[in-house]
This record gives sequence, structure tokens and C-alpha cells, in this order.
Amino acid sequence: MSTGASSDLCAYSIALGDDALILGQRLAEWVSNAPSLEEELALANVALDHIGRARMFYGHAAAVAADGRDEDTIAFGRDTRTFTNLLINELPRGDFAFTMVRQFLVDAFNVPFLAALAGSNEPTLAAIGEKALKESTYHLRRSRDWVQRLGDGTQESHDRAQRAADELWGYTRELFEPFAAEARLTTGGVTADRAALQPLWRQQVAATFDEATLRIPEDAWSIRGGRDGVHTEHLGYLLAEMQFMQRAYPGQRW
Amino acid sequence: MTDMMPLYEVPLYEVFIRSKRGLDHRHVGSLHAEDSEQALEYARDVYTRRGEGVSIWVVKSSDIVASQEGDGASFYDPQDDKPYRHATFYKVPDEVSNL
Repeated sequence: MSTGASSDLCAYSIALGDDALILGQRLAEWVSNAPSLEEELALANVALDHIGRARMFYGHAAAVAADGRDEDTIAFGRDTRTFTNLLINELPRGDFAFTMVRQFLVDAFNVPFLAALAGSNEPTLAAIGEKALKESTYHLRRSRDWVQRLGDGTQESHDRAQRAADELWGYTRELFEPFAAEARLTTGGVTADRAALQPLWRQQVAATFDEATLRIPEDAWSIRGGRDGVHTEHLGYLLAEMQFMQRAYPGQRW
Repeated sequence: MTDMMPLYEVPLYEVFIRSKRGLDHRHVGSLHAEDSEQALEYARDVYTRRGEGVSIWVVKSSDIVASQEGDGASFYDPQDDKPYRHATFYKVPDEVSNL
């Protein structure tokens, strides 16, 4: 593999790992705060699936880069400008409706995306795609279920779910925008074209929103920047909490 | 939780899990859920995190009819003096080699 291709692959694996890690961290914030014990365990399971996914992507990036970094230094040794997660993943967890609507919008993207990644000609990415697809299929079942419950529930839950959808909508466009390295990898058959997944995603989201009596927000605005390391003000606080231990005691293990 | 929130009981479900094909479902515990579909998902998340199961049953606790402690005397005591209901009560004749 040429140097350019391997640095593309490394950047791509880190970006996908960042998406998973940051969303996993947001979900983990519900532990000790969830509405019920059952829901707390369920959220923690989903959080752990995402963090496990991040480990696989980071481990792959470290193996490809072979520059002495490992999954921990990638996760805990970078600042906001070098994190390349999509912005939707870093938004504060909000209320329960916000968390579940976000999860649904991301899961509905992840399922077809990971299915496509499982067909990658790069064996490790294909294996990660296959494993993560099973997890995300379950995540989607849960988050879709919750969107229907909240949307078609009480006036209060409906209003909260609609408000969450309205707040999140402008962040969904970024899900379908490949960055430069990714576009090159797509041409080489290493990954799927995320832009091509938008019609299917939109159709699925529309069907669920319809059942949930939620309105699809208008495409009035959209915001991007995550892949370029240009983040919302929220990411720094998330990293400060997540990375504290490794910052205070570099290299600490247990 | 504020005073504004209506308090109501989320239904209780009993969870049964079959750990391997060929084995029976066993009662593993209970959980609260809004309906049976959610109960099934919560059962998966709460009780099968370490690969415990291949099949899950959930049933509303209120749908289970249980014998009562007070029924003990009439339900079970009469069996104590009917040892002939146990196979071990019968002597196997020497001539019988396959039983």
C-alpha cells in the first residue's frame, strides 16, 4: 500500500473511531441518570458497543500507521482540533427525547453504512463492519421504538421529540458528506459512498416519523465541520472529562 | 422527579431465558416495561449481557396465577402418604433386566 493510501486509511479509521467514541461517551453520561434501571442498562450497552467499535477502528489505525501510537493515545492524547467526529455525535445529551432521536437518526444511517462497509475490500474494515452491523441493527430497533413511543405518546413527549428533531436536523446533512481521504478510499473500493445512502435514510426516517406523528423538519439550515476538526463548543468539555485521567497521569494503566 | 409528574405503575414482567437449545426456559428475574415488546428488549439488555440465552420469554407478572402459601396443607400434604406414586416404591423383579 502506498504511503498516501495508508495515511488515508489511517485518517478514515480514526474518523470512524471518533464518531463511535464521542457518541459512546455521550450515551455513557446517562449511567446513574437514566429514567429507569432497565433503560440505564440498555443505554450503557449501546454506549459500550460504540466504545468497543472505537477501539477496533483506533486499533486498526494504529496498526496501519505503525508510528508508536496505540488506541489509548489516539483516544486520550488528542485535542478538539484533531478529533474528526461528525458534529451530531458531540451535541450534549439533552433530555431523553433528544438522546433517542439523535440515536435514531444516527442508527438509521449506521445500519446501511456498516452493511456497505462489511463489503469493503480491506479485510479489517470489512470485519469491523460486519460485527458492528449486528449491534447497530439492535440499536436501531430500540431507538426507532423510542421515537415512536415518544412522538406518539403524550403531548409533552411529542413536543420534546419534535423539538429534538428540529434541533438535530441541520446536523444530519454531514452524515452524507465524505471527506477527501474517504472519497479516495471509496474510489478504491475500500469503503462505501456515504452520499449514496441519503435517499434510503431519508425514506426510513420519514416512515418512522410518520408513525410517530412527528414532522420532518425543513432543510432550512445545515452545519458541518467535524471532519475538519471544527467543532461545537461542547466537544472540549466532553474531552476534558473523558481524558482527565490520562492527562493527569499519562500512560497510567490498571 | 417533580411533583408535576403523574405517578403510575409501570407494569412488571417476569423473564424466562433458555440458555441452550434443548434446555427449558428458566425464570431469571423480573423487570418493569411499558409493554411486552419493550419488556423483551429490556430482558435482552438486562439479563443476556454475557451471552446467557438463545431464547427469551416475557410475561406480565399479573398474568401469572400462583399457588398461595395457605394452600400448602391441601395442595401438597396429601402427597406425603402416597409413596406408590414414586418409581422407587416398586421392587424390580430380578427377571427384568431392561427397565
